[in-house]
Amino acid sequence: MIMSGRMKLVLNLISIGLVALFVFLADRYFNAYLVRVANTAAIYVVAAVSYNLINGTTGQLSLGPNGFMAIGGYTTALLVLPVVQKEMVWFLEPLVWPFNTFSFPQHLFVLAVIIGGILAAIGGFIIGYPTLRLKGDYLAIATFGLGEIIFVLSNNLIPLTNGALGIKSIPEYSNLWWTWGWAVFTVIVIKNITNSSFGRAMEAVRENEVAAEAMGIDVFKTKLLAFMISAFFAGVSGGLLATLITTVSPTLFSFFMTFNLLIIIVLGGLGSITGATVTAVLFTILQELLRAVESPINIGPIHLPGISGMRMVIFAFMLIMLMLFFRRGLFGQWEFSWDWLYSKLKRKEVAQWQAPLNE
Amino acid sequence: MTFEVFIQQLLNGLTLGGLYSLIAIGYTMVYGILQLINFAHGDIFMVATYFAFYLVAVFALPWWAAALLTLGLTAMVGVLVERVAYRPLRNEPRISLLITAIGVSFFIENLAIVTVGARPKGFPTPKLMSQVIDLGGIRMSGVSIWVPLLSSVLLVLLLFIVYRTKVGMAMRAVSKDVEATRLMGVNVDRIIMYAFALGSALAAAGGMMWASKYPQIQPLMGVYPGWKAFTAAVVGGIGNIVGATIGGFIIGIAEIMTIAFLPQLSGYRDAFVFAILILVLLVKPSGLLGQSLKEKV
Repeated sequence: MIMSGRMKLVLNLISIGLVALFVFLADRYFNAYLVRVANTAAIYVVAAVSYNLINGTTGQLSLGPNGFMAIGGYTTALLVLPVVQKEMVWFLEPLVWPFNTFSFPQHLFVLAVIIGGILAAIGGFIIGYPTLRLKGDYLAIATFGLGEIIFVLSNNLIPLTNGALGIKSIPEYSNLWWTWGWAVFTVIVIKNITNSSFGRAMEAVRENEVAAEAMGIDVFKTKLLAFMISAFFAGVSGGLLATLITTVSPTLFSFFMTFNLLIIIVLGGLGSITGATVTAVLFTILQELLRAVESPINIGPIHLPGISGMRMVIFAFMLIMLMLFFRRGLFGQWEFSWDWLYSKLKRKEVAQWQAPLNE
Repeated sequence: MTFEVFIQQLLNGLTLGGLYSLIAIGYTMVYGILQLINFAHGDIFMVATYFAFYLVAVFALPWWAAALLTLGLTAMVGVLVERVAYRPLRNEPRISLLITAIGVSFFIENLAIVTVGARPKGFPTPKLMSQVIDLGGIRMSGVSIWVPLLSSVLLVLLLFIVYRTKVGMAMRAVSKDVEATRLMGVNVDRIIMYAFALGSALAAAGGMMWASKYPQIQPLMGVYPGWKAFTAAVVGGIGNIVGATIGGFIIGIAEIMTIAFLPQLSGYRDAFVFAILILVLLVKPSGLLGQSLKEKV
């Protein structure tokens, strides 16, 4: 029971149309707060789906996506911030040449985001080339260390990053069309990669490196490419985030960001694009709903003061519980596919008519 | 730089190094036995300083009693973390264990922020540590005499436990081969529990001395000392206790000397440590004294 390729293409186009319809309606009728949430959700989709490629599909625990998001975020900010603003932001030490001489106009915004992604991918190459020879938790520690180094650098390289103050009043070029456009693009690209022979090689590396090597897979090259693709989209998500919230600072890209992404992909099921996409949206919504525990609550006569930091306690507790009792996550390694939907619907039909013969 | 200044900086380095060694041992013992990087170890170090703070400043206990209670309570926290979060995952892939450890670390940090507040608290430094001592022209605070001294005593005590007692022998056996040790009739769970208790107690001792040296405590204070101590453990050869001690002193002295000789780079002091960590992992992952692990197919 397999659908024809043409049928799938039509269904894919319909789904993209539905996303476009959602964006159109959201753009029109959502208030500013909901628009912000929808934008954040899309950015988390880009970051989580790409993070899942290296962590879930290739099975290499990287703890450095915050560093790549920082590269993308700072690059985009430096490229799109108007020159006049740059003079105001870097009032202690001047911004380094050539960034102080030009800025991209709005119609080249997408180019700035892509350059941010490319620089992040180059960073991924520089970082991945030496460290991907390490295995398991050593790789995790090395990538964590590099993420921290990027954090320290963004705090100290004042002529480039304005230090701890960060860069303010970045033009708000991100909107729902851009963020959801990138989210859809990311999912399509990553999905096609995992379905290709290259994606199969990644899965083979995850399951057993020695066996994969024996099958003629260049393990190191596979890891490095997966790492760079992952870094590219992390950089893109950083650029989108910078132009959405209009400021970047070192704390925005601290290890907290990686921690959030880790929760998303573990909850979704390591290795599942469907899982990463769905839980990225769920996580954003949950994060907003849990704001309630940090603000004062009045239930009749009972007054509960808001506790700041409570959200992170809940998320950390959730991650521990997930790892202890629900390691599969919501979706495991399962992927949504039209074939699955079709056979599901078909089976129901079949079951109605000839239930005994079905097995 | 005069000779006196150099000696003073060297003593500072030894002080810091002793503290890193005490924390590093906790990492190295757990790694030796479980092959787990205990992300939460730096936070256990932080928890200990809060125990000491409340016991002295709020319950007004004398320092010796507070210190002993802190050691005990922190050891219990370490054992609790192992029992609740790590033991159920012992037969799972190591990556699952590592992700759980990251969760535990964030949980402890944020629980501390929620319960005691993110604002730093002044630590009631014991008088012994705060008085100034004059040694033939080199003036130094009690901290720089007592910390290296106390940490050396604790390190010798630990080495005695590990190399001269039955429990220590069992620990070394577990780190060589868990299954074979179990067949010899050793209760492996209990030995792992002892390792966590010992490591956490040493972190507690380090924490109290750290807070006496830098008398401000806050919920995220364990993060960077933790990572530096971990780097020390890797430099010395992870899994090796003597290596962790040597590594701790190397990192401590290197950090102090970098700041002393190149003060313009002090903003990058936290980045250097990670650079050292990555370099060691790349060039000689087995460290100074560690055994290189061969991959089993």
